[in-house]
Amino acid sequence: MTALDTGSATNHLLNCQSQSVGATGSSLLDPRLHTRYHELAPNLVPMDYTNDPDCKVPIQLIINMPELMENPFKERIVESFSEAGDGNLSFNDFVDMFSVLSEMAPRELKAIYAFKIYDFNTDNFICKSDLEQTLNKLTREELTPEEVNLVCEKVIEEADLDGDGKLAFADFENMISRAPDFLR
Amino acid sequence: MKWTSYIFKKALDFSPYDENIVHDSFSELIEEQSHSQDGSEVFEMKEMGGRGRENPAFLSSPLHREERQELEPLLSENFSPVTLRVLSAMPSRTIGRNRGAIISQYYNRTMKLRRRRSRPSIRDLSRSARPSICGYRVETDPEAVAEEVCEAEVAAINFSIKKAATKFGKMRPKHQTAVSNLFNQLTLNLGFRHSWYGLLSFLHSLQLWHVELKKVSGRFGTGVLSYFVFLKTLLLFNVFLLLVNVFFLAVPQAAHPPSNQTHRAPFQGLELLTGAGYFTDTVMYYGYYTNSTVNGCGPALNGSGCAVGQNSLDTHPRMPYNIPLAYFFTIGVSFFITCIILVYSMSKSFGQSYRIDNPHGDLAMKMFCSWDFKVIKKSSVKLQCENICTQMKDLTMRVSRNETLIHVEASLLALPVVVSTVNLLMPGLFNAVAWMEQYDAPSTSAYVAICRNLLLKMSVLGVLCYHWLGTTISGHVTLSKRVRQNGSTGGLECWETFVGQELYRFLLMDFIFTVLDTIFGEFVWRLFSQKVLKRKRKPVFDIARNVLELIYGQTLAWLGVLFSPLLPAIQIIKLVLLFYIKRTSLMMNCQAPSKPWRASQMTTIFITLLCFPSFLGAAVAVTYTIWTIKPSQGCGPFRTLNTMFESGKIWVRQLEEMNSNFSWFTWIHKYLVENPFFLFAAAGVLLIVIYFHTQVVDGQRKIISLLQEQIDNEGEDKKFLITRLQDIYEKKRPVSVRFKQRERRDDRRTLTSCD
Repeated sequence: MTALDTGSATNHLLNCQSQSVGATGSSLLDPRLHTRYHELAPNLVPMDYTNDPDCKVPIQLIINMPELMENPFKERIVESFSEAGDGNLSFNDFVDMFSVLSEMAPRELKAIYAFKIYDFNTDNFICKSDLEQTLNKLTREELTPEEVNLVCEKVIEEADLDGDGKLAFADFENMISRAPDFLR
Repeated sequence: MKWTSYIFKKALDFSPYDENIVHDSFSELIEEQSHSQDGSEVFEMKEMGGRGRENPAFLSSPLHREERQELEPLLSENFSPVTLRVLSAMPSRTIGRNRGAIISQYYNRTMKLRRRRSRPSIRDLSRSARPSICGYRVETDPEAVAEEVCEAEVAAINFSIKKAATKFGKMRPKHQTAVSNLFNQLTLNLGFRHSWYGLLSFLHSLQLWHVELKKVSGRFGTGVLSYFVFLKTLLLFNVFLLLVNVFFLAVPQAAHPPSNQTHRAPFQGLELLTGAGYFTDTVMYYGYYTNSTVNGCGPALNGSGCAVGQNSLDTHPRMPYNIPLAYFFTIGVSFFITCIILVYSMSKSFGQSYRIDNPHGDLAMKMFCSWDFKVIKKSSVKLQCENICTQMKDLTMRVSRNETLIHVEASLLALPVVVSTVNLLMPGLFNAVAWMEQYDAPSTSAYVAICRNLLLKMSVLGVLCYHWLGTTISGHVTLSKRVRQNGSTGGLECWETFVGQELYRFLLMDFIFTVLDTIFGEFVWRLFSQKVLKRKRKPVFDIARNVLELIYGQTLAWLGVLFSPLLPAIQIIKLVLLFYIKRTSLMMNCQAPSKPWRASQMTTIFITLLCFPSFLGAAVAVTYTIWTIKPSQGCGPFRTLNTMFESGKIWVRQLEEMNSNFSWFTWIHKYLVENPFFLFAAAGVLLIVIYFHTQVVDGQRKIISLLQEQIDNEGEDKKFLITRLQDIYEKKRPVSVRFKQRERRDDRRTLTSCD
């Protein structure tokens, strides 16, 4: 991940919000991010939170956002920020997602969520099947199965420090900390 | 118990000073470590599954009390001596006393640093990174009020003061005062935060080219973006410089134009290109600024400006502004500030980007870090996928080459051809540049040309040496891969042979290009200049360039002799052929140089150039190779050694074992050759001798000048003595003789005047 930053011309404003969100953490006072959230599902999202509604925007609407649409990991990203793990985001989750994705989020936080994103079966380890799925998403399944197998084995060989055949968070973080380009 | 016997055996074989060997008896260190870590290290190995999504954060956090009590059996205080002994024999504990002490010290220091850090670790935060305002302390008992207050806070945050108010009304009175205080704080806080965020987002949108940069990064990725960001940084530096100069120099000087302003040339369009003409006498250039202190006029009380008052009671405060001082300090301080900013940003980015080199982590890093999330355009995303796919394939598979062996071998010639082309073309460029620059003396241009060509060749050689020798330090990955793929060294990992072959190719290419240059540069040019340009004179033989080419070829030969002992034979053949070719070409095509050529001085210069950059550079490279680089394991006379230099050491040792009479030899070797002190002393003595000789030469030069003066003085002496002699002789002569002489002279004069 050279940069977990979702930016484009049309989302310049949104980025401002996520910048300030990432920097300070509380954007609830800024209604512009909420406007984006509201636009996703106008019928579902109320403008007034007086009754403390428990509304969640379904995953299908979120992954159609222009920042995420082309991203091969869009489902995993949304799933890792949703509370129940099914990808439906409440506003809090939505804000969390854009906080972490902004440029200002601290590196350790990004590493934690990156680990979650790559952990497809949510067992808190990146095992070989997770790696295979990651690689297939990265290369759009253009590698042959033998190549995929070889790559995954090599990755585990390189990054696994305690020798249990899968990558724990400590292994992942250790490897990521060596990459100067990660998230910058 | 196999490992214990192994360890004991190892312990007996080698001396305790040999730190590479395992040591057991580490129990005190492990006890110390387990106490300082609060037992957390022992727990890291245990799997803590099923704690939900917080697990990665939870795993690394220091354990809470409940868990510790559950897993009490694993605390080191409960261990028996047998368990401790087993633990101390673990592979990670038997690394040697010295190393273990170093690691434990380092670990303790890191833990202390971490505890000292004021900012709480990110792992201790709850899942949301948003700070909670619930942590505000309340005067009354916290337990009872906290929940209600929190609810009210949350309601306020959720844009509904009405709901907060209703909640407030429902509270008990004694809490209401506390809560009302809190609410006042809260609304103030919210107000401040709101305005602060507004300001932040406004400032952020003001950032230069923010939208453009986002567009670029969206389409092309972070790599290309870095170029534009760098450009923006440079722009900001220049803006700073300009502002400082305008405010401190241009404006004060422009407000007080110098009194003796000469008539300025009228504005023509060409000034925009040449910068001269109309612009010469303006604040744009140095010459306009005065070297005096201008008296600025302060604000007058009656607003009438600066009156040139005759009386001393001037009501207008004067602001003297020292222009030369301002000039000096402005430039100096702006450079200083730029330097500080550059060094700071350089250290910051270096700290971020420098990572200890790990050649084994390539694939994993590529997999997780090569995806550029900034890219959102569909075609660019597709391109990235293909790119990553290709990279993965490259890293894991060997690319099957369909080319034939000849193509493979021919591709090895690419680099020498490129280097020789550069060596051929650049001197031509230097000549063109020198033609535009006008030097006072023709010898200066010759020296400058020599210097430039020399720098070019030495830098080319330096880069090549680094490429060959430097990459072998990191395990000669690239070289050996190329070697294997090319198959030219029989499949062995023999980088020395490869380097020798490269040098052979370079030598040969250099020769071919020189011959081509002779043919085209001299023969064809002569034909061209005589037939087409109709010049009477033939082209001139460029001595300096040709000599430098010889020196370059010789440097290559010296570099290559370590790797290819028979390379001097190639060099001999090359020189012989070159002799005849150049001589023929000279006779046919060139004429004698018109510029005077001081042969003996030039010879000295060429020999010096041969010795210093050329031979010294080659010697340094060869010494470095012998001393430091590990020879390849599969081939060559040094294949089992760590460095080539070790062969000498081994021989000395063998001598000692064979015949004890040679022990003095080994003594010499041990204390003189291996001891760096001796080398330093030798170098010091050499330097002293050189210094002594230079002083002697200097003294001799002074004596020469003194003697020269003496010769001049002696010439003066002669004149002086002759005049004195003449005077004395004149005084001593009898008066009559003088008178007669004068008469004779006068007669002669009247005689001639009559005629």
